[in-house]
Amino acid sequence: MFEVFGIPSTALFGQLLIGLINGSFYALLSLGLAVIFGMLNIINFTHGAQYMLGAVTAYLLLNYAGLGYWPALVIAPIVVGLLGILIERVFLRWIYRLDHLYGLLLTFGLALIIEGIGRNYLGTAGLPYTLPDSLRGGRNLGFMFLPNYRAWVIAASLLVCFGTWFIIERTRLGAYLRAATENPALVRAFGINVPRMITLTYGFGVALAAFAGVMAAPIYNVSPNMGSELIIVVFAVVVIGGMGSILGAIVSGFGLGVIEGLTKVFYPEASNTVIFVVMAIVLLVRPAGLFGRRT
Amino acid sequence: MERFVDPLVSKPSTLRVGSETIAFAVMVLGLVITPLFVYPLFLMQAMCFALFALAFNLLIGYVGLLSFGHALYFGWASYLSAHAAKVWGLTPELAILTGTLTAALCGLGAGFLAIRRQGIYFAMITLALAQMMYFFAVQAKFTGGEDGIQAVPRGHLFGLIDLRNDTAMYVVVLTIFLAGFLFIYRVIHSPFGEVLKAIRENETRAISLGYKTDRYKLVAFVLSATLAGVAGATKAVVLQLASLTDVNWPMSGEVVLMTLVGGLGTIFGPVVGAFVILAMQYKLAFMGEWVLVIQGAIFVVCVLLFRRGIVGELAGRLRIRL
Amino acid sequence: MRKILGSAALAVALACGGAHAQQIHVKVGVLTDMASLYADDTGIGSVIAAKLAAEDFMKTHPNVKVEVVSADHQNKADIGTNIANQWFDVDHVDMIADVPNSGVALAIAQVTAQKNKVFVASGPATSDLTGPKCTPNTVHWTYDTWMLANGTGKAIVKNGGDTWFFLTSDYAFGHALERDTAAVVTANGGKVLGAVRHPINTSDFSSFLLQAQASKAKIIGLANAGGDTINAIKQGAEFGIVAGGQKFAGLLVFAPDVAALGLKTAQGLMFTETWYWDLNDGSRDWTKRWAKERNAQGKVPSMNMAGVYAGTLHYLKAVAALGSAADGKAVVAEMKKIPTDDPLFGKGTVRIDGRVLHPAYLFEVKKPEESKYPGDFYHVRATIPADEAFRPLKDGHCPLASG
Repeated sequence: MFEVFGIPSTALFGQLLIGLINGSFYALLSLGLAVIFGMLNIINFTHGAQYMLGAVTAYLLLNYAGLGYWPALVIAPIVVGLLGILIERVFLRWIYRLDHLYGLLLTFGLALIIEGIGRNYLGTAGLPYTLPDSLRGGRNLGFMFLPNYRAWVIAASLLVCFGTWFIIERTRLGAYLRAATENPALVRAFGINVPRMITLTYGFGVALAAFAGVMAAPIYNVSPNMGSELIIVVFAVVVIGGMGSILGAIVSGFGLGVIEGLTKVFYPEASNTVIFVVMAIVLLVRPAGLFGRRT
Repeated sequence: MERFVDPLVSKPSTLRVGSETIAFAVMVLGLVITPLFVYPLFLMQAMCFALFALAFNLLIGYVGLLSFGHALYFGWASYLSAHAAKVWGLTPELAILTGTLTAALCGLGAGFLAIRRQGIYFAMITLALAQMMYFFAVQAKFTGGEDGIQAVPRGHLFGLIDLRNDTAMYVVVLTIFLAGFLFIYRVIHSPFGEVLKAIRENETRAISLGYKTDRYKLVAFVLSATLAGVAGATKAVVLQLASLTDVNWPMSGEVVLMTLVGGLGTIFGPVVGAFVILAMQYKLAFMGEWVLVIQGAIFVVCVLLFRRGIVGELAGRLRIRL
Repeated sequence: MRKILGSAALAVALACGGAHAQQIHVKVGVLTDMASLYADDTGIGSVIAAKLAAEDFMKTHPNVKVEVVSADHQNKADIGTNIANQWFDVDHVDMIADVPNSGVALAIAQVTAQKNKVFVASGPATSDLTGPKCTPNTVHWTYDTWMLANGTGKAIVKNGGDTWFFLTSDYAFGHALERDTAAVVTANGGKVLGAVRHPINTSDFSSFLLQAQASKAKIIGLANAGGDTINAIKQGAEFGIVAGGQKFAGLLVFAPDVAALGLKTAQGLMFTETWYWDLNDGSRDWTKRWAKERNAQGKVPSMNMAGVYAGTLHYLKAVAALGSAADGKAVVAEMKKIPTDDPLFGKGTVRIDGRVLHPAYLFEVKKPEESKYPGDFYHVRATIPADEAFRPLKDGHCPLASG
């Protein structure tokens, strides 16, 4: 066994892996933000609230419909995604002509409403949600004990992230999407219903947030406040990665998870500020973000 | 694409000078008379928030930069002002000055980073930096964490006037508020302010005209942070406390809401907005549970239907400047 | 209108002179958190508790008219201060009860002292209220941080949990909790093997849990609160901490936290509280009355609400004994003079520094299969007598105690 800065290498591997798991959530959320931003040019401040709704829906499904984790993993993103579509149709579509900042304010307002309603009906302490039985336990990897659920989180989020990347960057549908972002009028001329495409994209981005929420429910405290703190960190991740590319959002999500994980070993007191510090450094060196196009 | 600030509001009119002067006179008169009817402590707090919103509006209304992290300057100024008055035993004017300087320094650092990006990115960066400083505020020893700083002595102004007397305190706060208001008015109507507005309308053109726009933006940012600091520092002395509430992100959201409700880019809007939102918070304090939802709903309604805010709408109807 | 009627009634009472005992008007303000962090522990439940106390007292003292008002401080010290000032200056409130959130409570204690009214602090945690920041107008009921840490630490070491590892929230409150608990652990023959400090609002604890696991300590002390405590325990179950033979000790755990975890995850968790609805017949009867007013499925009252009830009752007794609520200092002095006695906390005393001394209990969360009915959460593992439960007077550095 050798040591790095006084930490046994085995422990270091363990922490790296944990950081990657942590990063899974950042990646899923910043991916959703990037997808929505690409199509709607809106920074979706409601994203944190929609992540929370995913977890809460899983809780409600379990307690009122008797549906466990696995059905929830499918149903919750659909339900919350549909709610997102409703939000897009009722609210967001009126502001596409306006300055982008209005989108930020509007979605911030919506986030407050959703969080407020959640607090009123569900309280603030939290709601119980336990691990699915099929993923209890864990295995000893030699250098650490890896709970099965964590292994599942990392596999599932990688799958979803790269699936999304593939659809957008490598399929015909994705090509339309990208084209519509660049030049909506032209795509409309091809006979494609652009407004519907925008609506569905928003629904999909929101569903990604809800998916992350269901994934978080068994391990993080499910409460109406769970999204609001997280979304600020994810914003920093997005500033670091730049929202120009899907891949950028994914890579910076995982990368920052690892950096945060390592900070927890070497200097735990700073682990909640390290991402903001990285952001400041990136802004000094590469103002447009690591993967960003100069705006 | 609709501009963030309605050009109609800033369109000159024959009534221009008259309407602003009259509105100012009404405001001063109102603030002198209302303590007879309304609880003065509430009014003092409202004036602090009004100054805070005015400072925020300087940035969004006249440079077009949306800061989502103004709680940083407001909150840190109130911590330092409270600490200076309580632990260092400084007189209130020096305590407020200490808080203000803190805010100015924070503004310089944050502004230097944030102005490197525009639009939505600018908003996200200011929010992230403010959150970082919030965590520092939680961890720092002198802030007392969740307990905050209490029992801050109001002290004697210039070592002479006892501010424990609410009337004396009221006069001081009113003076600070009006001075801040007139200063901002002066800035907006100075050549410097004209350049800021040019940057808001079209930054590229301003650059091509030879203006170093980054420098202008940074100065505006620091000014805004400093004035937010004056507001926060004064509030700490008035209410004799400093707490985490003032540095946390919901406070950043609240100042946006106040300005939005009153009218972005109007001179009197932030003042009206601050009084409306604060009054609402107190009214709701007796009704119970829906503060957050109502605030969110106001955001939504303002953005969708009421973008000019109360004062902007009024000015638009009457075709005057306010 | 009500005020006019009130003063008319007062005038009549005065006119009648010695024929009747003088009519006393008392106004109690419940300043609480209706919708945010502490709403489950206090909020509307506390208002109900205060009303029950007023009701009970007026039954035995027909000459005292008690009115209960309430407001939401929204966890903001400045809103709380402003409401308290207005209550005292304009609305003639005589006493403020509850006030969860230590920051708001410390501010209210200052205002109350300035205006010479009474503050019955049953909601806040900070032991500074009866320590360096004590005032002659404050009485602290229910609990404080020192007592929770001390009670849990001592009782667990005595039950054999003698090696500890701390997960500590990295700010003043967490440090104090860790320091106080570590002191009592070592004083009772236990050993502290290590500690790790995490920032507040950490969502992922796995890294810290691995360190705790590697320490092989029997007890993992959670010197944090709220969401952090919940996250640590939830992820501890995932990493097999409890299954591996280690136990969590919550240093600041409340009933809603246990509900948030669910018994399946929380089972085996040990922590201290001063009141539990299922403790004895007195508390069960009171819970029935409370539940009728609360009218919400499956809700049981918290110790903070019990504190509001007991504190209000004791306050009213002191006011009745003095015949007036006008002088806050005098009322508090009277509260310290007469012993406390109520169906929830039993008999106790109020110490010179404002600390109310009553027993505390070490609870262990039941296994799901042991829970027979809604709200049946805990085993009582130990009773800590009133004279041992709270911080000794000399350690608090309250100016009232020294002079």
